[in-house]
Amino acid sequence: MANYYLDNTDLKHHLTHPLMKRIVELKERNFEEKDKFDYAPVDFEDAMDSYDKVLEIVGEISGDIVAPNAEDVDHEGPQVINGHVEYASGTKVNLDALVKAGLMGITLPRKYNGLNFPIVPYVMAADIVSRADAGFVNIWGLQDCAETINEFAVEEQKSRYLPRVSAGETMAMDLTEPDAGSDLQAVMLKASYSEKDKCWHLNGVKRFITNGDGQISLVLARSEDGTRDGRGLSMFIYDRNDGGVTVRRIENKMGIKGSPTCELVFKNAKAEICGDRKMGLIKYVMALMNGARLGIAAQSVGISEAAYREGLAYAKERRQFGKAIIEFPAVYEMLALMKAKLDASRSLLYETSRFVDIYKTLMHISDERKLEPEERNEMKKYQRLADAFTPIVKGISSEFCNQNAYDSVQIHGGSGFMKDYACERIYRDARITSIYEGTTQLQIVAAIRHVTTGNYLNQIREYEKEPINPELYNLRNKLTVMTDLYEKAVIKVVETKDNEYIDFHARRMVEMAAHIIMGYLLLNDATRASSFRRSAEVYTNFAQSEVRKHAQFIETFDVENLADYRSY
Amino acid sequence: MSLNIIVLAKQVPDTRNVGKDAMKADGTVNRAALAAIFNPEDLNALEQALRLKDKHPGSKVTVLTMGPGRAAEIIREGLYRGADGGYLLTDRAFAGADTLATSYALACAIRKIEQVDIIICGRQAIDGDTAQVGPQVAEKLGFPQITYAEEIIEVNNGKIIVKRRLERGIEVVEGSLPMVVTVNGTAPDCRPRNAKLIQKYKYAKTVTEKQEESEDYTALFDARPYLNLTEWSVNDVDCDVKKVGLAGSPTKVKKIENVVFQVKESKTISGSDFDVEELIKELIANHTIG
Repeated sequence: MANYYLDNTDLKHHLTHPLMKRIVELKERNFEEKDKFDYAPVDFEDAMDSYDKVLEIVGEISGDIVAPNAEDVDHEGPQVINGHVEYASGTKVNLDALVKAGLMGITLPRKYNGLNFPIVPYVMAADIVSRADAGFVNIWGLQDCAETINEFAVEEQKSRYLPRVSAGETMAMDLTEPDAGSDLQAVMLKASYSEKDKCWHLNGVKRFITNGDGQISLVLARSEDGTRDGRGLSMFIYDRNDGGVTVRRIENKMGIKGSPTCELVFKNAKAEICGDRKMGLIKYVMALMNGARLGIAAQSVGISEAAYREGLAYAKERRQFGKAIIEFPAVYEMLALMKAKLDASRSLLYETSRFVDIYKTLMHISDERKLEPEERNEMKKYQRLADAFTPIVKGISSEFCNQNAYDSVQIHGGSGFMKDYACERIYRDARITSIYEGTTQLQIVAAIRHVTTGNYLNQIREYEKEPINPELYNLRNKLTVMTDLYEKAVIKVVETKDNEYIDFHARRMVEMAAHIIMGYLLLNDATRASSFRRSAEVYTNFAQSEVRKHAQFIETFDVENLADYRSY
Repeated sequence: MSLNIIVLAKQVPDTRNVGKDAMKADGTVNRAALAAIFNPEDLNALEQALRLKDKHPGSKVTVLTMGPGRAAEIIREGLYRGADGGYLLTDRAFAGADTLATSYALACAIRKIEQVDIIICGRQAIDGDTAQVGPQVAEKLGFPQITYAEEIIEVNNGKIIVKRRLERGIEVVEGSLPMVVTVNGTAPDCRPRNAKLIQKYKYAKTVTEKQEESEDYTALFDARPYLNLTEWSVNDVDCDVKKVGLAGSPTKVKKIENVVFQVKESKTISGSDFDVEELIKELIANHTIG
């Protein structure tokens, strides 16, 4: 009888952010579908109420079904039977409940039987499910591959595939190969067009494919013979009903064990092209990855939530030296910081989701009609912000969830090292988040240009101007001091015009920007709801020491010091 | 073949999550302190009905409930999960009914519904634990009944095959339609509320609920007639007023006693074979087991 939505009032706080008004208005095209579909909202309040009610269903399924199954799924795991994946029994139960509840195709248009929800409530659902079982969320969350079909495929393909996703078929994105991990330009899976069969055939091997045996897969393959780089790659849709792909093995992993990570063999697998030839990596994978990164950020925040709650419950219950261990400063400091990191990363998650919502929806509207000049500017503004924020939210929230999982185990002491407590599984599940869909190091590569172009600084200046509760002025003063330190550090690094030196300090600079941004987001949260006051205080203290540490490092570190770090 | 299925459901106080103020000083249930929920075994019954509908497209599942105005929530909960409609039997005259008066009222209502094939309800409600209403409804309608059902295996050519869960095992029985089936809590849990259906039906209201709200729903209900939930009074279902509610209830509460378990009633035994054997003998002798 647990509801992971209702028992966490922070979620509703983020769901009801003022910017939702604009998001809903755009997403519902001024509620034009209200007479066409019996489940379409009639106005803003109606839409918001529907998100709330549907998230309540997600919370109930997560608390009552997914969470209680998590331990068994972790032990049982999926297996390969006759070249196909058989999920763990708990996974099947989870998936069946979410499908019956109509929680597939959440963001897809209603004409494809989707719910036409914005990204914000979808991400919130992923946040909630991840708290229950971070491994399971991958199988369910891969439905956002459908967004790529919705964005780039032709209408005939959309009407064939998307209703199937809404009806509960699962998806996969087949990108990685043994020799193409972070460097996807090296993808070799061969796509050849058969004049005889009038279709494409795929041949080769893919590795580390999450839910690789899903019903509908997006496959990155080399369609241009003789090419060796990203420009020879196209995106294909593979339908499992057509056959041709077998699962050779499922990886034995450290964590997220319920999520089948497959090695796939393609043997003349029939496939159809999605979008334009040669745009596979350059355009579609980038879109796919940005969606997936937001998904991993949501997963990370859900894991952070689970880690924090496990740690808190144990610290209150465990008594040593005659009192509950939460009463010791060493323990309560850990918990306060865990909550602050959780709150900070969650605020960044929903801020980024809102940016993505506005620009993506305007982009879809631009296919329907010509945008007004101010709408075009709005789209560009939010696209820039989404591009800038997506790598930091993926990078930071995944690092924070690892830190929180570590501290959760630490609070449990010896018991946390045993399989008897959930924190042990959470600790293992957390580890992948800072690796897949681009490592933290690669997120920094994506983020650094927003440091050098000043995008982060500009947005920080915008946050500075926002009205806040006067009681929080002292925190804002601290943040402006941090911003000066950040600006100074960036000038020093960028002025060298030495790319190696810039790359060397990139993570420090991106982290400084991220800490300041999250600090401001928490000020905004604390202004809207006093319950965030504590986290705003704790996080600002933490951010201040982190920013000063990085500033100090950069200030005293010159180009010639790089030599001490280079490999010999 | 499509079926006409009625699910009998009751709104009950959530006696599984009892707080300290759950009972009043006079020993009666403090309903205000307990959340009103869908009786758990009635949810198992609803799931059986919905599964029949999945197997027999074109079938219709109707939720019938008796209670105060707020029991309309039971019909909405049914609609959110896949029921096609519902009726709320509500009237001051129905209040205070025991199982006899309740089954009479329900039977009258069912007679108003055309061509019923199967009536499914939970074995018993968690507030009264009588398990009498389902069987009594069957008797009043002259329908056969299958109790303690765990699974409706098949419905075909006017026959129904049901798996029953009994104290000492399971039993598979066959009967003819129309049939009343009462379902155990061991049957599969009810499916979750559905995201589209909750959006479709969340404004569904009875006439009384609409009158109580300040908002004007006329336009919305004209455009979406399926949002109107039907209320039936004593007159609507042609009940004899003397047979319903408190007046029609021969059950009279004579006295309510608070049973408080005392620690001194406990007994500690060692784990030795002898002690365990003695305990078993004692429990058999006083009919606690066996």
